[in-house]
Amino acid sequence: MKLLTGNDLRTGAVIWWTGSNWSPHVAEAADIGSAGEEIAAREEAARRVVAPYLIDGERGPDGSVRPGHIKDRIRALGPTVRPDLTLKPADPAAGNWVI
Amino acid sequence: MYAYDQYDQAMVDARVAEFRDQVARRLDGRLSEDQFKPLRLMNGLYLQLHAYMLRVAIPYGTLNARQMRALADIAEQYDRGYGHFTTRQNIQYNWIKLADAPDILADLARVEMHAIQTSGNCIRNISADHLAGAAADEVCDPRPYAELLRQWSSFHPEFSALPRKFKIAVIASEADRAAMRLHDIGIRMVEREGTLGAQFYVGGGMGRTPMIAPLIRDFVPVDQFITYAEACLRVYNRHGRRDNKYKARIKILVHELGADEYRRQVEEEFAHLLTLGIEPPRAELERIKAHFGPPIHAELPPLTAQAGPSDPAAFAEWRAANVLPHKLPGHVAAVISLKPIGGIPGDATAEQMRVIADCAALYSADECRVMHTQNILLPHVREADLPALYARLADAGLATANLDQVGDIIACPGLDYCSLANARSIPVAQKISQRFAASGKGAALGELKLKISGCINACGHHHAGHIGILGVDRKGTENYQLLLGGSEAEDAALGKITGPGFDEDGIVDAVETVADLYLARREAGERFLDTYRRLGMEPFKEALYG
Repeated sequence: MKLLTGNDLRTGAVIWWTGSNWSPHVAEAADIGSAGEEIAAREEAARRVVAPYLIDGERGPDGSVRPGHIKDRIRALGPTVRPDLTLKPADPAAGNWVI
Repeated sequence: MYAYDQYDQAMVDARVAEFRDQVARRLDGRLSEDQFKPLRLMNGLYLQLHAYMLRVAIPYGTLNARQMRALADIAEQYDRGYGHFTTRQNIQYNWIKLADAPDILADLARVEMHAIQTSGNCIRNISADHLAGAAADEVCDPRPYAELLRQWSSFHPEFSALPRKFKIAVIASEADRAAMRLHDIGIRMVEREGTLGAQFYVGGGMGRTPMIAPLIRDFVPVDQFITYAEACLRVYNRHGRRDNKYKARIKILVHELGADEYRRQVEEEFAHLLTLGIEPPRAELERIKAHFGPPIHAELPPLTAQAGPSDPAAFAEWRAANVLPHKLPGHVAAVISLKPIGGIPGDATAEQMRVIADCAALYSADECRVMHTQNILLPHVREADLPALYARLADAGLATANLDQVGDIIACPGLDYCSLANARSIPVAQKISQRFAASGKGAALGELKLKISGCINACGHHHAGHIGILGVDRKGTENYQLLLGGSEAEDAALGKITGPGFDEDGIVDAVETVADLYLARREAGERFLDTYRRLGMEPFKEALYG
């Protein structure tokens, strides 16, 4: 599957294209098939995203979305060495998700 | 320390106003990202893995208490309560919002700081010996020369679009505590027959193609110091490669021309520049030097009777490990380790920064230094104040006794924060730190400089570690190469790769294996590096790979 990601222009936060909007949660990312470049150009022009790019993703056995490369998994979660600053601060083992 | 004059302040204030306008235009759409990116980079604002990252310049690593408190306030008000001190003696904030960036720069300008030239193909923050003004072995205080270089290089119109970034370090002793020969230009202040001058080493660096800078000129008189630097830069600006960013650093030019030919061209340019009279007036150097007098403790409150430290053994251990001699009688320099066991190298919370500021004000003539090793130095401490200083640091978790030991690891942010990285550095540093703390071998190993980079760009100085670790991407998986035998000191050397890499746990085992071999084979007085040099690579490879 193909995922579209980038950063929020104002905050710099990592965001994922859900099919109709942007979300900070990779779990809400949509498979955009071949429409990625067109959406990226449109959203960048509208200043809703900065530095958008397409990545390969996959679905886990439970159906959850997981970026294909470790760099994007770390982007999706937050720094593995600061669980308190990740999107799953209550889960001290959250960093294992990226390995 | 140096204080801005009206020109410095006007330049920085004007830049804040300019960037505020640029950010407003980016946010309302008048500037595209392609137009805005070079403008934000000129102000140290990167887009990193998780957010915008702001790199703030700390000239030659020097801060007063007011400035350190301002850094703490920025961490708290605009970031997530912490900052990361870097190997370029700077600080980075990892979670900056674009709209806040002009306000942050304004806050910095109020304490005579900025983020100018912390990115881009220009002359970056000038670094220097962290013991400047305190070391007994220096021929002069190198900071006035570093400051002169800062002023010369700030907004230098000819050098604002170099082939690639450019880094300069200044020292003034035989001992090299600033990795001088691993800079684009490394300058050592020297004295010849009672006359002060400078040695220029040009063409060093780490990164993809590590090189130790050759000596290009053995003596440049101080009143031709800037002119010679200008000549070095001019030759590079003229002939440095712009067609390939991987071959664009001055080290490649010096290597390809050869040191003799590069020297010949510099001398020719130097002779020409001398006719133009570009050297700053001697009075300007004297004005700068007046800011760097000896530490003044007269205004400090008189020493009161102090209770002994609550843990005398821990205090003695810290004093033995982290306290350095000073050129003034009754004074020492004290290193505040930002490497707690299992911690993140170089990170400090806002509260810790405020403790450091308080300690600088109370105990170190209102001055502290960011070291390129990602620790903080208090340069001018009265020996009698050490127990009180230690107690304050210990309360804040800042009294780890490990200077230059295996737990005092340099590590770049790595893949946890950096968009260029291939592998994480920090978790490896944490595991090694914890492993050696648990085994209790750290002190027994003595001086063992371990440096970790998460990619070939070598921000973690892995080439120059007694033990170096380089993180690489092997088919989407983190892998770590081990290097041995590097040094960034006066015996500068580049480490050699041992062989096939290791996974995250394997590299921790590998470091312990080579450390154990050193313990088993060392002779009296030998550091790890000495034993490696005597034995060579083979016994270490045998221990690692069988």
